[in-house]
Amino acid sequence: MAFRFRQHSVLPGFGLTLGFTVFYLSLLLLLPVAALLFYTLQMPWADFWATVSHPQVVESYKLSFGASLIGALINLVFGALVAWVLVRYDFPGRRVVDALVDLPFAMPTAVAGIALVTLYASTGWIGRYIDAFGVRIAYTQLGVIVALTYIGLPFVVRTVQPVLRDMAPELEEASAIMGASRFTTLRRVVLPTLLPALLTGFAMAFARAVGEYGSVVFISGNIPYTTEITPLLIVAKAEQYDYRGAAAIGTVMLLAAFALLLMINALQWWSTRRHTQR
Amino acid sequence: MNIRSILIAAGLSAALVAPAQARELLNVSYDPTRELYREYNQLFVKHWAQETGEKITIRQSHGGAGSQARAVIDGLEADLVTLALAYDIDAISERTQLFPENWQSRLPLNSAPYTSTIVLLVRKGNPKNIRDWDDLVRPGVEVITPNPKTSGGARWNYLAAWGYALNQHDNDEDKAYDFVRRLYANVPVLDSGARGATNTFVQRRLGDVFIAWENEAILAIEELGKGEYEIVVPSISILAEPPVTVVDGNAERKGNLDLAKAYLEYLYSPAAQDVIGRHYYRPSGDAAKAKYADQYPDVDLFTIDEVFGGWQAAQNTHFNDGGVFDRILEDNLTRQRK
Repeated sequence: MAFRFRQHSVLPGFGLTLGFTVFYLSLLLLLPVAALLFYTLQMPWADFWATVSHPQVVESYKLSFGASLIGALINLVFGALVAWVLVRYDFPGRRVVDALVDLPFAMPTAVAGIALVTLYASTGWIGRYIDAFGVRIAYTQLGVIVALTYIGLPFVVRTVQPVLRDMAPELEEASAIMGASRFTTLRRVVLPTLLPALLTGFAMAFARAVGEYGSVVFISGNIPYTTEITPLLIVAKAEQYDYRGAAAIGTVMLLAAFALLLMINALQWWSTRRHTQR
Repeated sequence: MNIRSILIAAGLSAALVAPAQARELLNVSYDPTRELYREYNQLFVKHWAQETGEKITIRQSHGGAGSQARAVIDGLEADLVTLALAYDIDAISERTQLFPENWQSRLPLNSAPYTSTIVLLVRKGNPKNIRDWDDLVRPGVEVITPNPKTSGGARWNYLAAWGYALNQHDNDEDKAYDFVRRLYANVPVLDSGARGATNTFVQRRLGDVFIAWENEAILAIEELGKGEYEIVVPSISILAEPPVTVVDGNAERKGNLDLAKAYLEYLYSPAAQDVIGRHYYRPSGDAAKAKYADQYPDVDLFTIDEVFGGWQAAQNTHFNDGGVFDRILEDNLTRQRK
């Protein structure tokens, strides 16, 4: 069957809304990205490569992507747990806890960063006890992971929550009646249903963390080659009026993030297909 | 329409139009001058009203010096800029052509109506016995200073240390390099900006000595706890000259050129110099100098032009990518890994 653009729907206005969508997205998304690429394209290839493959920059990719990945993985596990508790149990103060989850969205990231470092520095409320064990959080790579975990939490919780709420309890009951153990039910019934939502939350938390600047610069200590995140290097380039260098590194981050999101989307698509076709 | 309603309408439109006609001046500055310019603006508005009878409003914008300069380059309609270093103003001139390249010679004293210098802030009782720059490279002394790549203030710190080392070692660049390298080996955290570094030193209680602008150091003592910190004035330091200039292109278009010029010239007046002294900057006027003499001990000060040949040269040699500062970091890293 030929592809049909114009579907007869009860609601008219497809052309108008699509036109608006394309225009709106161009203004907000495509044009800035195009400007970034345009800046980068003005650079000779050798300059571009020298900028983005400088050892200091490469170390920062490792930290930015590595810490973001770890942060997103932590959120995947504990965010799912938080969502589970919020949906499945009723307890006093549940609504308050539910509202608290959004805090990382609402709070200025710089404020969060300063608060985190106040807590986790060797003189801080939490830091001083952890420091006694010889573990330092503030001004180390661990501190970067803490900050990136903090800002990513709501993404997993808020994507898993509605799916979990809509999941019919009958499914689990049926599984139990048919003799499955609790673990088998969790593994074969609950988890497959949640998997797409979990992956989406994970991807969003990860993508957000890669670009995070405000909350990290305070806790990371910004020591080149060890605790320097890539966004800081971009700021440093801009500070030298090296716009093209900043754009070059930005482009690399954009491409890497794009590739990763594509991968996660493919994974999600595959898992949805696998579990719905059977 | 009767007379009354015409009168009301006229009164209303006059009320609506009148404030829009008051000229508005935009001063784009950097972070630590917020309080200084708030007070100076009141002074100048009053002065201008007395001189000309015209009522004006002045808006101020503050932020990191580098990002403020970029905002002006990208079209923020500043009538004048008052930034932390000439390099950022040079960048505006070069990229926008809104005012001539020789802007720094248009006002007295290199266009710097107030100056400051770099001093050392230590904790009460000076437990590590810090007396001069030499003590900062001793093993076991932790130094707090922000990252010169992202902070204009940090560049003054770096250059002050470099200039001291040159002076001590008969202008031997290699020895100066080694001195500054050892200093940065003692830096545990490179904050992205000056206020962040202040927090690290004061709130986080990290580090033994904090390299700071004199005005920030006095402010830290006054605001954050008298008796908790002490200022150590080094034997030699750099003369920090935060310059000011009119952004001619913008001011002319907005019809503010005369006003913007007068605003900056009045900064050199005795009344303004007094405000400057009160806000812990070093005044250039004689009366204010004498009045605030206790606040500003004598230091041997060198200028960036004398030692480094100006900001452009200093920036190119030391702070741009692949420059001396990058080499210092790599050098320290390889030594650390050995």
